[in-house]
This record gives sequence, structure tokens and C-alpha cells, in this order.
Amino acid sequence: MPAVKKHRIVDAITLDSIMSKLSDSKRTDDRGLLDYRKIEIETNILKDKTNGSAKVKIGDTEVWAGIKVETANPFPDTPAEGVMTCNAEMLPISSQYVEPGPPDEDTIELSRVSDRGIRESGMIDVSELCIKEGELVYSVYIDVAVINEDGNLFDAVAYAGTTALLQADMSKFTIENDEVKMLEEREKLPIKSLPISTTFAKIGDKIIIDPNADEQEIATARLTLVTDENGKYVSAQKGKPGGFTFEELKEISVISKEKGEEIRKMIKEAVNNGA
Amino acid sequence: MSENNIERISGRAPDELRNVSIKAGVIKNADGSALIEFGKNKIIAAVFGPKEVHPKHMMVSNRAIIKCRYHMMPFSTDTRKRPNLSRREIEISKVIREAVQPAILMENYPRTAIEIYVEILQSDGGSRCAAINAVSTALADAGINMRDLIAACAAGKANGQVVLDVDDQEDKTGEADMPIAMLPNMDLITLFQLDGNLSKEEFDKALELAKIGCNKLYNLQKDALSEKYFNENNKKEDEE
Repeated sequence: MPAVKKHRIVDAITLDSIMSKLSDSKRTDDRGLLDYRKIEIETNILKDKTNGSAKVKIGDTEVWAGIKVETANPFPDTPAEGVMTCNAEMLPISSQYVEPGPPDEDTIELSRVSDRGIRESGMIDVSELCIKEGELVYSVYIDVAVINEDGNLFDAVAYAGTTALLQADMSKFTIENDEVKMLEEREKLPIKSLPISTTFAKIGDKIIIDPNADEQEIATARLTLVTDENGKYVSAQKGKPGGFTFEELKEISVISKEKGEEIRKMIKEAVNNGA
Repeated sequence: MSENNIERISGRAPDELRNVSIKAGVIKNADGSALIEFGKNKIIAAVFGPKEVHPKHMMVSNRAIIKCRYHMMPFSTDTRKRPNLSRREIEISKVIREAVQPAILMENYPRTAIEIYVEILQSDGGSRCAAINAVSTALADAGINMRDLIAACAAGKANGQVVLDVDDQEDKTGEADMPIAMLPNMDLITLFQLDGNLSKEEFDKALELAKIGCNKLYNLQKDALSEKYFNENNKKEDEE
């Protein structure tokens, strides 16, 4: 239960420039409070071993996602449902503040929040991932690696994971004489929705979107809000030891939807172009 | 609440909490402690400190550090839980710590650690919120300087209806769960999580409902503290 870990150090000059720009409602890279950095999405970057993959860059933050679809025994309480797991990993190459070893609590939170966004939105219809009830189901693994860290990992991991899922395919099976047989052909995953994560941070009384690493470090509170295609809120997580007022939360919930629409289009376009 | 209410599994009204009782000062060896019974939840929170920091390198020169561990006993769940900390418990430890930290005047205790232990003896839905109420009472019981108590309560959606205080059954069969913690005097939300499916109207309604629930828990915490510190009978017992 670490309360203090190796922290990113924000030097006084950087801090000053962030604060003075913020007072003019600008960021250090001159974008507005509610502007994302440039988002670059590329699909099918790891063709040979994965069933689907994607690379997402938000500014200097870069993450890679790979999908593996395997078969497994179903859980006894859900014999006709497939299994899905989403895991995020901080590579030691991603930042001088990351060390190899078992995941720390920030990484566990990152993993669990990304998993929750995909799971709660019902993006994958797990009932269609059943091959033979009680015996064999698909098991979808979404693994996301953080290659370079410059803040807002929550969104980057979510975009990479969902983009890779959209692009992924899996083997087809039939049952002949009670025996499961794998077919030559492949099919797309049963995708029902595209959840979009948006992350906000609070510095002083200013709410900003898509914080970079320095902004994230000095922010008092962070909020990730995930919306689905129908404009419903499917998952949220507040982080950092500070808070938001009710008014701020309501404001964020409106912006999250608008930004979500834009980014959803961007992801769909990237998947279509890649295919 | 609106007239056309749908019956909840537990028979509660949409804005009705489960039975809650809080008792402050239940662990003699701790500097502060509280037992909360929240529906079927039975949770003890204990606070130690401000005390020396171990390991030393974690010390911060101008403020206290907060450590928090949320732990479920193996017998607290339907099927036995393995005793080691799960990823879920690590995440909840973190969100509880971040929910209570804004209330603590950490700068009053430089170079010290404040340790918070949450032990789930029996679990029901909404254990993180119940735990935060116990932690808040325990922190006050320990005499830690605070800006405000931290009140926590979940709202959500079950059977198509926005409801207060989602219990275990509603969490499993319902549409959404939205746990919230806040500092009521400062109108600051310090824990905010959501999983499920809420429209904008439902989202706003759940927020309002959770706020009402938090205010109720806030008063229950104050009652528990005054019961310990201002009740004549308790005072006499202490003197004997």
C-alpha cells in the first residue's frame, strides 16, 4: 500500500508556465482547455501473431494494443458466455519513473478502469462468444502496452484496446457429432457498441481535458468518464486526492458526450481505412 | 419521490437507505476506530497515527502521508475469498485513500504517517461506501485534524428506476452503480465511480440522490461520535 512512490518532478519553470498559460485559458502547447492533443490511430500494426492490433498516439503518449482470441472453459456460473479480459502494462521504456516489476496500484487502476469501460458498455456481446455451452467458449484477451508516457493513459489505453477489438477477427467453429471442429474461415468479433473514454483534470479551479504528464502531476483531481454510442454513461473513475463539485461534474458529463462523438468518428474512420 | 415507483427487491423506497448503524471507538488499541453495519455489511475501520513513517524513504518533510488498506476477510463473501489482496482490493484501497485525503489537514502532521485499515468482516453491496463512512468516523475518533467528515453513499439504477444505496442483489441484476463520497460542508465530491448504463437525466438524478444519501450518512457519523464523546453514561464508564 504505497502512499508515496517515485514521483514525476515538475520543475518550477514548467509549473509557472502551465499556471500562467492556464490563467489565460490556454495550455503550454497553446491548445484550449477543452482540446485534445493530436490523436493518431493506426490499425493492424502487428499482423503476424495477434488477431487484431492498434497503435494510438495522443500527443507524445503512445500505446500499442494486441488482441488474442483463444478458447477456454466457461466459468461455471456463466456456461454460455465467453470471457473477456483487458490488461494494461507500463513498460519500463515508457518513462524514467517506471521500473520493471509487478504492477503498482496506478497500473492496476489503469487496467481495471479500461476493462470496466469495455465490459460495462457491452461492447463485446459475450453471449455470442459461446462455442459449446458449458464446455468451450471464446476467451478474448486485450493487452495494451504503454510505450511512451506523457499523461492521459486512461484514454490512450481505451482507444487502443477498442480500436484493436474493432479490427480483430477470430476462428469459426462448428459442432459435428458432438465434437467441436475449427473451420478455415474467420469472423469478426460480436461488437455491439463503441465506448469512448474522456479524461479531465482539475488544476486550481480550471477543468482541462486530456492532461499531459506534467499537468496530470500537478492536478488535484482527475476524472475519466466513458460514454457509449447511445450517449449513455457506462463507466467513471475519479482519481487523485482532490475533488469536483456537483456543478463541475455536470459540466464534465456534457463535454464528455460531445468529445466522445468526435473521437468515436475518428476511431471508426481509422478502422475503415485500415481494413 | 415520484408516484409510480417500482417495487425494489428489498422492498425499500427508491430513496431509502438500508439500515445503518455506526459505532465509534470499537478497537481499544487503535488511535481511532469505528464499526459500521450497512445492510449486511459489517466493517471495522481503524486508524493509527500520526506516527513514525516506515519505510523511512516514504517520509514527506512538509506533510503527513496516508496509507490505506481495504481488506476482505476470507469468510466475508459467499464463497471463500483468498486472503491475499486482490487487484480489486488494491484499487479500492487507492480510491478510499484518495477520497478521505482531501479532508485531512496533512500539513499539520509533517514527517508522519496516518495508517487506515479497513477490514470487511461481512460483505454486501456498497462496501467501499460503507467503509469510507467508517474511516471518516475513525479518523475523527482518532482526533486527526479534518476539514470535514467524509460521507459516502451509492446511487444507481435497478429495474429501470434510479435508486439510492444499491445493494448486492441490485448491483448484480441492476443497470448501474454509482458510488460517491463527498465533503458535505465543502460540496466537494472526492470519490466518484460508475459502472453500468445511465442516460444524462438518470446521471443527474443519481447524483442528486447520492447527495441526499451522503447527507444522511453525514448525520449518522456525527451521531456516532457524539454518542461516544458526549453521552453521560459512556463518560462515567471511562472514568471508572
